[in-house]
Amino acid sequence: MTRLRLGLLLLGLLALAALAAPWLGAALGRDAFTPDLFARYAPPGGDFPLGADELGRDLLLRLAYGARVSLGVGLAAALAASLLGTGIGLLAAWRGGWVDAVLMRLADGLLALPALPILVLLAAMDPAKLGLPRGEALTDILRIVAILVLFGWVGVARLARAAALSLLAQDYIRAARALGVSEARLLWRHVLPGLRAPVAVACALSVAGAILAESVLSFLGLGIQPPAPSWGNMLANAQEAVFAAPLAAVWPGLAILAAVAGCALVADGVARERDR
Amino acid sequence: MAGALRLAALRLPQIALTLLLLSLAAWFAIGLMPGDPVSLALVSDPRLTAEDAARLRALHGLDQPLLTRYLAWGAGVLRGEFGYSRLFAQPVGAVLWPALRATLALVGAAVALAALLGVALGGLAARRPRAAPLVQAAALLGQAVPSFWLGILLVILFAVTLGWLPAGGLPEPGQSALPFLVLPVATIAFGHMAAYARHAATALRAELARPHITAARARGNGEGRILWRHALPNAAVPLLTLLALDAGALVSGALVTETLFARPGMGKLLYDAVMGNDYNLALLALLLVALVTMLATLAADLAQAWIDPRIGEGR
Repeated sequence: MTRLRLGLLLLGLLALAALAAPWLGAALGRDAFTPDLFARYAPPGGDFPLGADELGRDLLLRLAYGARVSLGVGLAAALAASLLGTGIGLLAAWRGGWVDAVLMRLADGLLALPALPILVLLAAMDPAKLGLPRGEALTDILRIVAILVLFGWVGVARLARAAALSLLAQDYIRAARALGVSEARLLWRHVLPGLRAPVAVACALSVAGAILAESVLSFLGLGIQPPAPSWGNMLANAQEAVFAAPLAAVWPGLAILAAVAGCALVADGVARERDR
Repeated sequence: MAGALRLAALRLPQIALTLLLLSLAAWFAIGLMPGDPVSLALVSDPRLTAEDAARLRALHGLDQPLLTRYLAWGAGVLRGEFGYSRLFAQPVGAVLWPALRATLALVGAAVALAALLGVALGGLAARRPRAAPLVQAAALLGQAVPSFWLGILLVILFAVTLGWLPAGGLPEPGQSALPFLVLPVATIAFGHMAAYARHAATALRAELARPHITAARARGNGEGRILWRHALPNAAVPLLTLLALDAGALVSGALVTETLFARPGMGKLLYDAVMGNDYNLALLALLLVALVTMLATLAADLAQAWIDPRIGEGR
């Protein structure tokens, strides 16, 4: 329970910072995007609580706006991957036979591949050739989410399938079938609720995975494009300035660390709760 | 041994099929990337006309449909013709092999270090219950720290502030290579070490509770000998599973680390190729990385079947 609470507390604080970003900006009397060349690499303290970046923008404020992007991408990718993964896992367990074999070999294949090199290749694709607008923050976010879902469903699907298989073998399922319950209602009312705990654990872990993957892609310059802040592209900027402002590289990493550790604690807590 | 052979016979066709599908998918993804070679040539030479572009496209077969081009390319690769890298102006083979060697050295050193320290920490946690929460907290931290951030922090501390180690790059001829390896290896190893420590602690603790350990203790064996000689060989099986699952993550870690520390290797090569629109090199590098990853996974599975013959039998 304490793990769950600690994890939720960490994530709650970050979410609060993300939601409060505009008010924070109003309180500090500036925004996260306008450059102020007289304040380049301003040290922490005084006017700038955590210092300023290479264009004199407030780091605390950019961290809060970056939380919107990073947490948003993480949550959206994890939710989409969980929905898709649960559906695929349930389908594989219910149909069995060649459907199960094909879906699970596909999952094995994706799991065996090195993810990041493929993500880098996919992220470099030109959305304009698919008829999507280029360079807007929202399309960037949707593009990254779509790429992350492509790999993210695998873990959820494997867990959901294993749980669904053990549920489908239970006596109450046979009883429900004998009573003439339709297959759709059987899956929806009798199997799906039993998948809640394993899917919740897998979902919490994939939020962490998605936040990490987004930050790596943005760090490599293939994710969220500036001027929109994300923790990953803030780190990329800070890396170029390790001599001028070494502290600027600390904060975004701490934020990623807190978000990922929070998700891991929540996943661990939910798993323990279920095992008790 | 028979189990291991059967495992290999089952998995090698799977690996070939995965590579085929990956190459097909990547080929079409690359078809969606900005700029084909001819439009890049147009940008760099303003004297080229539209007719020149059309002629160049026809000459290189770029006016053909994607699938036709894929089949021609695939037939070439199967014959061992990997083509040229535009970025490096060299045959792709000449670029790939040194990069692969550099990455294998980096990742190999990192895995060896992570496994040694991880198992040692796990043994400590299993022997001394009081140290267990510490090891657990360190494991959580190690898995949550983004490795590229850790790399930046290490550079700030050891290269910028203390000036003990180089911030990246490669040694000049005559310089020792070791200092250039320390930070990248530590960057990759840290997260994996944490995972190994946690799993080693769990596996060793379960093993230490079993009857053969009590029997060994009754025969008068020392605690250290019991831990390393009697418990560890059995606990090694789940650790090898973890190692097999880790191959992909290690390669991904190498990509970030090599980019961060400007070390030539497969990861940086792939990244540079993608960024430099050198698609033939990017594709072949991706396939080679995928092949090596899957072969490493297979090797770990085979080692498992060798340690525990029951594993090969079931499949």
